[in-house]
Amino acid sequence: MSYFAFLAEHGSTLLLGTVTTIKVLVCSIILYVIISMIFGLMRLSKNPFIQGSATVYIEFFRGTSLLVQLFWAYYVLPFFGISLEAFTAGVVALGLNFGAYGAEIVRGGILAVPKGQWEAAHALNFSPAKRIKRIIIPQIFPIILPPAANLTVELLKATALVALVTVVDLTFEAKQINSITWLSAQCFGTALLIYYFMARFALVPFLRWLEVLAAKKVGKGKA
Amino acid sequence: MEMGFRWDFALEILPQMLLATLNTIIAAGVGYGIALVVGLFFLLGQRTPYKIINVINREVVEFIRSTPLLIQLFFVYFVLPQFGITLSAWLCGMITIGLHFGTYLSEVYRGALEGVPKTQWEACRALNFSTVYTYRKIVLPQAFPIAIPGMGNYLVGIFKDTPLLSTIGVAELFHAATAVGGYNYRYLEPYTMVGIIFLILSVPAAMWVRRLEMKVNIAQGKVKKEQL
Repeated sequence: MSYFAFLAEHGSTLLLGTVTTIKVLVCSIILYVIISMIFGLMRLSKNPFIQGSATVYIEFFRGTSLLVQLFWAYYVLPFFGISLEAFTAGVVALGLNFGAYGAEIVRGGILAVPKGQWEAAHALNFSPAKRIKRIIIPQIFPIILPPAANLTVELLKATALVALVTVVDLTFEAKQINSITWLSAQCFGTALLIYYFMARFALVPFLRWLEVLAAKKVGKGKA
Repeated sequence: MEMGFRWDFALEILPQMLLATLNTIIAAGVGYGIALVVGLFFLLGQRTPYKIINVINREVVEFIRSTPLLIQLFFVYFVLPQFGITLSAWLCGMITIGLHFGTYLSEVYRGALEGVPKTQWEACRALNFSTVYTYRKIVLPQAFPIAIPGMGNYLVGIFKDTPLLSTIGVAELFHAATAVGGYNYRYLEPYTMVGIIFLILSVPAAMWVRRLEMKVNIAQGKVKKEQL
């Protein structure tokens, strides 16, 4: 069977899987960004309880394997009476795992804003809300976006794991087609290419664009 | 089905799990060893003066880095036999992990080499040292400490990615947990134990890497000791 015949027959299935992968990706990006911000701020709290719980969370999710967390969310939580759908379990596990990594990036970003900026905003008698919103946050983005972009590409790759808890995504479809046709090179090769194109020609350019935008906002980029 | 964590069952399967942990550690160690060497080859490809090799090297690295390890595993495991190369699951897993993380390690090496100030090279040139001598005696001793934290991070990273090997049937910890869970139809204890074993092994390792990183930063003058 030629490669084109393979694509004609199974291309639409793989495309459907790709749509699911994109859904998983978008949902888990939203979740992980929110979690990163919350726990990144909590890590900087002066309250030892808040700071400690954030540290425990981060160490726990960075210390165990994503696959283990994923299986735990899908196969073990039902033992405690919480049954999540495969899609939800996948997104929750991805969001929690990457949120832990993201929180450290956020924390680093906030710490990297020069102290003088806080002091100057204080000296100019800006209100705390205005200080954060107008002075600190715009300066955080250019710092955290490059590492966050790397993390997001890692997230796209990690979405492949949700196939193992029966989410019908691109990886799942590729595996399925492989077990029916045994055209392994074609189906896994195509899946690899689709992931590659998604990362290289959609996700990465988009994240670069965000980085440039953020840098321009604080006058660091090329006009 | 009984609810809640059953300690007797957990205790019963503990020896089996610990034995499988050994396999996980071996897998991570061997995979890391391969990745360290593969990383050197990618670094060579990056630094050769031939433009065409640079470009091919960069694209290959880019491709491996932007595709999921899971599908790479499937690809190696299922496709190679079609070309008459039948490798065991272990070998496939080790090769794939080695290739995948080799691309990351080549970036670590590159960053470390670039972290050595250019003036060091110029000084060596001025002293008429040969390239080999410059690398061996001047550049590498300075680059190596810079590379250590990154190398340590990927060791921990590989360790945490070894459960993926279970998908092609490598009998490591996660595979054992799934087998035990399926046999007894209880997943709570095996998967929880896997999580705990991973925590016990990787949190101290990660802390150790962070301490190394701090030491390197201090030694390089990036962070002053008083700031800590």
